[in-house]
Amino acid sequence: MEFAELIKTPRADNVVLHRPFYLAVEGTLCLTGHHLIFSSRRQDNAEELWLLHSNIDSIEKRFVGSLGTIVIKCKDLRIIQLDIPGMEECLNIASSIEALSTLDSVTLMYPFFYRPMFEIIEDGWRSFLPDQEFELLSSVTDEWRLSCINKEFSVCPSYPPVVIVPKSVDDEALRKVAMFRHGSRFPVLSYYHKKNGMVMMRSSQPLTGTNGRRCKEDEKLINATLRPGKRGYIIDTRSLNVAQQARAKGGGFEQEAHYPQWRRIHKCIERFNILQESLIKLVEACNDQSHNMDRWLSKLEASNWLTHIKEILTAACLAAQCIDREGASVLVHGTEGTDSTLQVTSLAQIILDPRCRTIRGFESLVVREWLQAGHPFQQRCAQSAYSNSKQKWEAPVFLLFLDCVWQILRQFPCSFEFNEQFLIMLFEHAYASQFGTFLGNNENERSKLKLVQKTMSLWSWVNRSEELSKFQNPLFEANSLVIWPSVAPQSLQLWEGVFLRWNRPSKFLDEAHEEMINIIKYNKELQAKVNALRRQLAEMETDDRMQENL
Amino acid sequence: LFTLQVENVKLLDRYTNRKAANGTLYLTATHLIYVDASAEVRKETWILHHHIATVEKLPLTTAGYPLLIHCKNFHVAHFVIGQERDCHEVYTSLLKLSQPVKPEELYAFSYNPKMSKENREIGWKLIDLKVDYQRMGIPNDYWEITDVNKDYEVCNTYPPEIVVPRAANKAVVIGSSRFRSRGRIPVLSYLYKENNAAICRCSQPLSGFSARCLEDEQMLQAIREANPGSPFMYVVDTRPKLNAMANRAAGKGYENEDNYDNIRFKFIGIENIHVMRNSLQKLLEVCEMKSPSMSDFLTGLENSGWLRHIKAVMDAGVFLAKAVKDEKASVLVHCSDGWDRTAQVCSVASILLDPFYRTFKGFMVLIEKEWIAMGHKFSHRCGHLDGDPKEVSPVFTQFVECVWQLMQQFPCTFEFNERFLLEIHDHVYSCQFGNFLGTCHKEREDVKIFEKTHSLWPFLLQKKQELRNPLYRGFTAYKELQPNTLPFSFQFWCGMYNRFDKGMHPKQCVLDHLLSCVSQKVKLEDNASELENKLPCLDGPLPSEACSLSKVGSAASKTPMLNTPQDYEGEPPPVLSNGASAGDVDAVSDVDQKHKENLSRHRDLHDLNDTVDVLDSEAKDGKPQHH
Repeated sequence: MEFAELIKTPRADNVVLHRPFYLAVEGTLCLTGHHLIFSSRRQDNAEELWLLHSNIDSIEKRFVGSLGTIVIKCKDLRIIQLDIPGMEECLNIASSIEALSTLDSVTLMYPFFYRPMFEIIEDGWRSFLPDQEFELLSSVTDEWRLSCINKEFSVCPSYPPVVIVPKSVDDEALRKVAMFRHGSRFPVLSYYHKKNGMVMMRSSQPLTGTNGRRCKEDEKLINATLRPGKRGYIIDTRSLNVAQQARAKGGGFEQEAHYPQWRRIHKCIERFNILQESLIKLVEACNDQSHNMDRWLSKLEASNWLTHIKEILTAACLAAQCIDREGASVLVHGTEGTDSTLQVTSLAQIILDPRCRTIRGFESLVVREWLQAGHPFQQRCAQSAYSNSKQKWEAPVFLLFLDCVWQILRQFPCSFEFNEQFLIMLFEHAYASQFGTFLGNNENERSKLKLVQKTMSLWSWVNRSEELSKFQNPLFEANSLVIWPSVAPQSLQLWEGVFLRWNRPSKFLDEAHEEMINIIKYNKELQAKVNALRRQLAEMETDDRMQENL
Repeated sequence: LFTLQVENVKLLDRYTNRKAANGTLYLTATHLIYVDASAEVRKETWILHHHIATVEKLPLTTAGYPLLIHCKNFHVAHFVIGQERDCHEVYTSLLKLSQPVKPEELYAFSYNPKMSKENREIGWKLIDLKVDYQRMGIPNDYWEITDVNKDYEVCNTYPPEIVVPRAANKAVVIGSSRFRSRGRIPVLSYLYKENNAAICRCSQPLSGFSARCLEDEQMLQAIREANPGSPFMYVVDTRPKLNAMANRAAGKGYENEDNYDNIRFKFIGIENIHVMRNSLQKLLEVCEMKSPSMSDFLTGLENSGWLRHIKAVMDAGVFLAKAVKDEKASVLVHCSDGWDRTAQVCSVASILLDPFYRTFKGFMVLIEKEWIAMGHKFSHRCGHLDGDPKEVSPVFTQFVECVWQLMQQFPCTFEFNERFLLEIHDHVYSCQFGNFLGTCHKEREDVKIFEKTHSLWPFLLQKKQELRNPLYRGFTAYKELQPNTLPFSFQFWCGMYNRFDKGMHPKQCVLDHLLSCVSQKVKLEDNASELENKLPCLDGPLPSEACSLSKVGSAASKTPMLNTPQDYEGEPPPVLSNGASAGDVDAVSDVDQKHKENLSRHRDLHDLNDTVDVLDSEAKDGKPQHH
C-alpha cells in the first residue's frame, strides 16, 4: 500500500493552529505518511509542529460555514486544533489523518521508515541481553539456571527464548508446568535479593479449574525456591472473589492443601477496561477547567486513578516486605501474568534494588520485566485517554507503573539517578515512537517483525550523553538501601507532569528546577576547585621539603 | 521544677500497631514533657500547654487509661496512663494549664530568654510600619499618616496611627467612623506606587435598609480621587451576598451603589468564621482517619470544603491584585467587622503585588500591619484564654496556607521556606512572644506587652539560615504574581495538617539537601579563597607532575566529603515510637537529627504494617496445613 493513496490533500494553506501555551498561528499544513507537519513559514522556524500520526488518539471535525475545524487529541494527552478553510480540504485532511493514525499493519509504522540522524554509539538492541543478567546472578548463587526451553517460542508464546528457573528443575518438568499455567507462563525468576538470598518469581494463574487440578511439577518448581523449613508467599493480584470466579473458566489459584509451605495473599489490582475508564475519567476531569473545587475533587475521586496507584504500590510494598523483612520468597501472579503481575514485580524491585533506580538499571528493568516478560504493549497502548473505540485490550498498565515510580521518586527525591522527564519520555514512547522498542506484544512478535534488523532501539538514542543529560536527577546520591514508600492517601499525588502538563504552564516550576541544578552544579565545581588547590598546595609543600632535604 | 510526674505512661503511635513507647510524663509550668524510657536513646516529646486544644479521657482499655490530646498545631498525642487517679490528675491539670483565664498567665509574661532590656526593646522596634508606608511613598499628595486615633477615639480596635486620604478631614473621618461597624473606617492597606491605585479596608457600613452618611460617601470619594488615573473604584464585600443582606436587618449591611459616586460594588463569597471552624474540624477528622482508602480521603477532603475556602480567599486576593494592577482602580474591601476575611484578602493581594512581602522582613511587616495592628482578634480566634469556643476560627491558618499554595506555584519567589510559615503558625498559638496576644493594639498596650514580653521577629531572624528558601531568586526576579486558581492548582498541605505524621512525608527532603548545599557553598568558598591566598606565599619552582604524584592521592583524600542529608552510612536510628518525635519543641533546629528520623524508613508503612500483622497472626494461628 502506498501512503499516497491515503493522503487525499497533502497540503493546505492558511491553516490556523491552536495549541497549549502558544498563541494561535497561521501557516501551512502538510501531511506525510507518518507526520502531520505545520509550518508558519517564519524565518525563525519556531512555529513548527511535527506530530506523529501514531500519536493521534482521536480526531473530531466540525464546520462553521466553509471553515472547518479539526480537533486532534494526542496519546500524550495534548489537544491541538486546526482551522482549515474549505470544506473539502478539511474533510480530506480529516479522513487522511484518521486513516494514517489507525494503520492496521505494524510494518507500516514509522519505526520501519525512521532513519536516525544521530551517530549510534551503542546498539540498544544489544544493551540488555538475558545472558548478561544471568551472569550477574550466577556470581552470587548457583541455584538457578538459564533454560532455552522456549527457544522457538514453542512452549510459551509470550515468554522470551531464555528464562531463569531453579537449577533442580529440568526442562521436561517445565513443559509439564507450562501445561498447568495460563498461557503456559510457568513460574520464572523475576528477582534475586542478594541481601538474604530470597527470590521473587512470577507466572500466570494455575489452571486448577473447578475440580482442583494439581500439578506435582508445579509444586516442586516453586518449592525448589524455598529454604528448608522456610515458607513463602504467593501474592495473587486479584481479589479472592475474582480468583474464585476464574476457576469456572479453567483458571484458579494455588490450593493450600497442595502448597502447604506457601501462604497466599490476595490483593485487588484492577485490569483492562476498568483502568482504561479510570484514565479517561481522570483526563476528562483534568481537562475541564470549568469545575469548581468540589466538582474537581469529586471527579478526581470518581476516576479512581489514585486508588489504583495506591493498590498497586501497596501490593508491591507487600511483595518487597515479604522478601526483605520476612525473609521469604514470593511468587506473584494474577490471571495472565502480563499486567498487574509485572506492575508488582517491577515496583518491588525498585523498592528493593538500588540498581533499578539508576538510569541503566531502570532501562534494564523495563526490558526484563515488561518487554521480555511479554507485556502486550501494542494492545495496551493502541489507544490512550481519548479513545472512543470500545476495544477491550487497551489499558494504561504501563502508565500506572510509571506513575507509581514517580510517586516513589517524589518520596525519595535523592535516590533515583533519573528524573521525572525520563518517566514522561518512556510514557510517550510506549504510545507513539520513532523507535521499535515498544512495538509488538512480546518477544515472539518482535522477532517475527525483525525489529532488531529493521528498526532502531529507543535505548540507542536515550543512552547517548546528549540525551542522558536531560534525564539526570541532580539530587541523586546512590544509596544501597531498601526504600519504603508511604502509601497513605496524604502521601500520594496527582502526577501533574503528565496529567496537567498541557493545562497549566510550567515556567515557574521549570525555573525552580533550573535553580536547583545550578546550586548543585556550582557546589560540585567549587569542590573540584578546592580539591585542585589542595593538591597544588600539597605538591608545592612536597617540593619545598625535597629542596630542603637536598 | 515539675508540677507533676507520672511513671509508666505509654505513648501510642497514631497509626501503627507497633509496641507503644513506655516512659514518664512530666508537667512543668509551661510544658508537658514525655520521656520515652524504652528507646535506646533518650527521646523526649514536648508539648506546650498553650498548644493544647483539647484533652479527652477515652474509655478504659486493657493497657490503662487513655488520654487523647489534640494540639492547635495539629499534633495529636495519645497517652495511656496506668492508674486512673494519675490519669485524672493529668487531665485536670492540663485543662487548667492549657486554658489560662488571665492574660498575665500566658507564657510570654514568664518567658525569659536572658536578653538585655535594650535588646528586647530593639526587638520590638525591628518592625516599623511607618517605614513600610514610606516605602509606598506615603505621605504624598494624596495620602497622609494621621494620629487622629491616638486616644482610640475614632476606633478602639485600630492602631493610633492610620493612613487616610488627605482630602478626608477630621470631620469626614469622625463622621464616617460613626457609620461603620465598630468605627472601623476605611484606611489604606497598600498603595501600588506604579499607578496610585490603593487597597483600602474597613468594616461594613451601618446602612440597614436605607440609611446613608454624607461623610462616609465623602470618604469613599476621597479614596477614589486619590487615584486620579481611574474614574471608578471597587467596593468589595468579601461575604456571601445572603449574609450581607441578612445584616441589613440588624442595621448593618453593604454600600448602595446609588449613594456613592462611581463605585463598582461586588460580593466575593468567603464564608464566615463558623463555617471555617467547622470546615477545619472536618478536615482534621479526615487527616486522622486510620488507614483511609483513597476514596475516603478524597471524599472527606471534598466534604470538608477546606480547599474550596482556600480557593475563595485566593480568588479574592487575585481579584484585588488584578483590579489594582490591570484595571488601575482602587479597591475598598470589607466583610462584617473587617478583621478576618478582610485581613486575609488584603494580605494575599499585597503578597501578589509586591515582592517585598515575599521577603523575611516584608512578611513580618505584612503580618504586623494587616493582622496585628489592624486588630485581627488573635486571642479569640486562637483561643489563647478560656473563652467562647465559637470565637475560635482558623482565619490566620488559612492565610498561611494561601502563602504556602503560592510557594508551590512559584518556588523561586519567596525568600523564606515552608518552615518559616510553620514557625509563625506555631507561635501564633504558643503565646511565647507578645506579638499575637490580645485582640488589638489598645489591649496589647493595656497588658504592657511591649514592656513585659519579647517580640517573635528577632527570634525568627536568628534562625534565618534554616528558614530560608535556597531557590529564592532575589527581590527583583519576579514582580507581580498571577497564580493559577483552577481547582487542580490547590494541593492538600500534608506538611501542616499531617505535620507530625512523619511517615507520610517524603523520606528525603530536597529542602534540607539544598540548604546543606548552601551552607557547604559558604565553607567551600572560604576554603578556596584561603587556599588561593596560601599558594602564592610558597616560594620555589612550580611543582612538576612527576615528582609530586605520590602526594596527590593523600592530599585529595583529606578533602572533607560533602556531609549531605543523604548520608546513609552508619546504623539506622533507634526505633521511633511515634510519628511525632524529638523535633516537637524545635522542629527545625536540628537538621541532621531530622534526617535520621526521616530515614527511620522501616517505620512508615501503615497499611503494610497492618498487612504484616495479619500475616503474623495468621502464621501463628497454626492452621493444620502449615505444619
